[in-house]
Amino acid sequence: MGNRIVNHWFSAVVLAAWLGLNIFLFVYFFMIFEKGKKYAYTRVLLGSALAWARGSAACLNFNCLLILLPVCRNLLSFLRGACSCCRRSMRKPLDNNISFHKLLGYTIALMTAVHTIAHLFNIEWFCDAVHKPNNSLIGVLSSIGAQDDDWVNPVRSKEQTPPYLAFTTIAGVTGVVITLALIIMITSSTEFIRRCYFEVFWYTHHLFIIFFAGLLIHGVGRIVRGQTEDSVNEHDFTLCSSDYGSWQPKPDDHDDDDDDNVKCFIPAFEGNEPMTWKWILAPIILYIFERIVRFYRSIQRVVVIKAVSHPSKVLEIQMQKRGFRMEVGQYIFINCPEISTLEWHPFTLTSAPEEDFFSVHIRSAGDWTDKLIQNFQDRADNPPRLEVDGPFGTASEDVFQYEVSMLVGAGIGVTPFASILKSIWYKFQNADQRLKTKKIHFYWICRETGAFAWFADLLRSLEQEMISSGKDGFLNYRLFLTNWDSSIAGHAIINFDVAIDTVTGLRQKTSYGRPLWENEFSAVAEAHPRSTVGVFLCGPQALGKTLQQCCHQFSSMDPRKVQFYFNKENF
Amino acid sequence: MGQIEWAMWANEQALASGLIYLAGGIVAVAGQFKNWEFGAYGIAAGVFVSLLEYPRSKRKKGSTMERCGQSYFTPVVKAFGPLTRNYYVRSILHAGLAVPGGFLLATILGTVCLGIASIIYLLAAIRGEEWRPIEKKPETQPRITETIKRPPENPPPRPPPEVRRKQVDEGASGYTNPAIVADEV
Repeated sequence: MGNRIVNHWFSAVVLAAWLGLNIFLFVYFFMIFEKGKKYAYTRVLLGSALAWARGSAACLNFNCLLILLPVCRNLLSFLRGACSCCRRSMRKPLDNNISFHKLLGYTIALMTAVHTIAHLFNIEWFCDAVHKPNNSLIGVLSSIGAQDDDWVNPVRSKEQTPPYLAFTTIAGVTGVVITLALIIMITSSTEFIRRCYFEVFWYTHHLFIIFFAGLLIHGVGRIVRGQTEDSVNEHDFTLCSSDYGSWQPKPDDHDDDDDDNVKCFIPAFEGNEPMTWKWILAPIILYIFERIVRFYRSIQRVVVIKAVSHPSKVLEIQMQKRGFRMEVGQYIFINCPEISTLEWHPFTLTSAPEEDFFSVHIRSAGDWTDKLIQNFQDRADNPPRLEVDGPFGTASEDVFQYEVSMLVGAGIGVTPFASILKSIWYKFQNADQRLKTKKIHFYWICRETGAFAWFADLLRSLEQEMISSGKDGFLNYRLFLTNWDSSIAGHAIINFDVAIDTVTGLRQKTSYGRPLWENEFSAVAEAHPRSTVGVFLCGPQALGKTLQQCCHQFSSMDPRKVQFYFNKENF
Repeated sequence: MGQIEWAMWANEQALASGLIYLAGGIVAVAGQFKNWEFGAYGIAAGVFVSLLEYPRSKRKKGSTMERCGQSYFTPVVKAFGPLTRNYYVRSILHAGLAVPGGFLLATILGTVCLGIASIIYLLAAIRGEEWRPIEKKPETQPRITETIKRPPENPPPRPPPEVRRKQVDEGASGYTNPAIVADEV
């Protein structure tokens, strides 16, 4: 439990601050409109629905301000770089950007529901008010401003119906349009659609452009009105509201100032200044800037220097690009204009920063990857043009900052660790002083034997390098084959005495089945009783949960003793 | 990822529309808005659409994520046969159900959403998609093997079973005989 606090205190603080600000904004604006003197007459017409609409509107402003930020990946990358001096736990929230984006999305949906329902009531009450007789307060208020622009009720004639008001005012039309855009964005981004039909999610999510455009001008109609300051000064609600029958029109000249103290003038009203654009303009500009950076990066020329076909339908592409600088465990977005000009797909870099090219391993997993691999195979001499955006940082940049690292890669999730292991190899060759790591435990869990082949070369050369430099205890790697049959097992039995593994050709024997994490963790904790251990996973969520539990379970309560920190790659 | 099955999105959209229709109807009735009778209709239509759309169709390829508890609804929806299977029917049904909501502001959002769902369903129908129930296969109990904690008695390398048996036989004769022989000598 203690470790959970160490690991997540900053994320918790960020969440608490966000929630606190939301509650504060809602309550603050709710109270202004529920108790404020200025809105006393508006409340006579609308009741509490006014305050509900304004409270939720304030929360919407705040959350719409935030929602663009977590998806600015260049900005996040920049922040990560700027915070490299900060402690690990301070940077951790940056890895949860998409979760935060989703949380904001849910909040916006909820607040939109509250806002819309409140305004449905408001419109209905406005329209009702017009039909009230002229000898009631509501009727009198509704008739204010027949000649001038002092009205409080935007419904100006008895013929106007709620739909008419909704579709003839700026606030009404933009409200309906952006709510629709929001609904379509939400229905197409449920987990099921996102996982199975990514294109649907990806394209419809661009309705956010309409959403923000509508949001910017939603308030310019200034329909929600309060009493003007002058009017409040000379017309007090508590004194005059019961006296509505004898309200006098305000004279233009100031001749009979002396009689004023008994009379109540007809109150005058003005709209609130539109606020939303002030909230969301800055993030919109940031986002546009982000898109410009992405666009600039996409038009830079990328040279494919080598494409290697690996077993298990894995294609390795080695590329070069001017000004490209990477760190270990980062990822890039790749676009192939021949397949789709709009689709950008993320891939983890598998090359080391020390190499003069950057590479990715692409596994056939869907339409896009299938087509890409096909295109590369069909035209080996003239590969299709690629556009690259990135690199972007993720947690595994931190690998070298832990004394001991446990790296867990499942299936294709091994790719970020390919980069790390390669980089370690180069750092060894150069005797790099920045390498804090004293020991690396590497676990690779894989389904099928073929998939081992493309990675085996790297491990083999690394192994040899370690033996020749006398540091073969540095990397402890374990391979786990989860999908095996008796023939593979038979081979393993026959070759038990052979020093090299039958499946991978490595010195470390492949294990069959899944690792027992309790055993692995207790072994690591025993071997390094006083270290901070970074646990890095790139793999399925279920495994992440297990590892996280183990991290908490095996961390010592004593902060000087062994501590496990869990990190996960986001995809 | 494969081919996009539009009906899957249409289903999400229609389910959301049903709930929005329902919510709009409740607001209109609760607030006793003018023409709130359309709101009452909205409640009925919203509930109907939500129930109809709750059970998700099976995907053509790959596994389908079921909605929580949808297995209770699936047989009911399946019982209507071609009426619920055919997406043209759904498209027209939703378009028809959507119309009355257009007369009341509170339900207009539900109407438009349901209209969009209807259009997507039409697209799905044109592309030859159909609603197919997710039915449980006779469940094969997953074989859960206990994690072996005791170390194996004879250490590896272990020969394949048939060879092993022979070895044991030989071993038995090899172990018992010398003892007897020794006694005799």
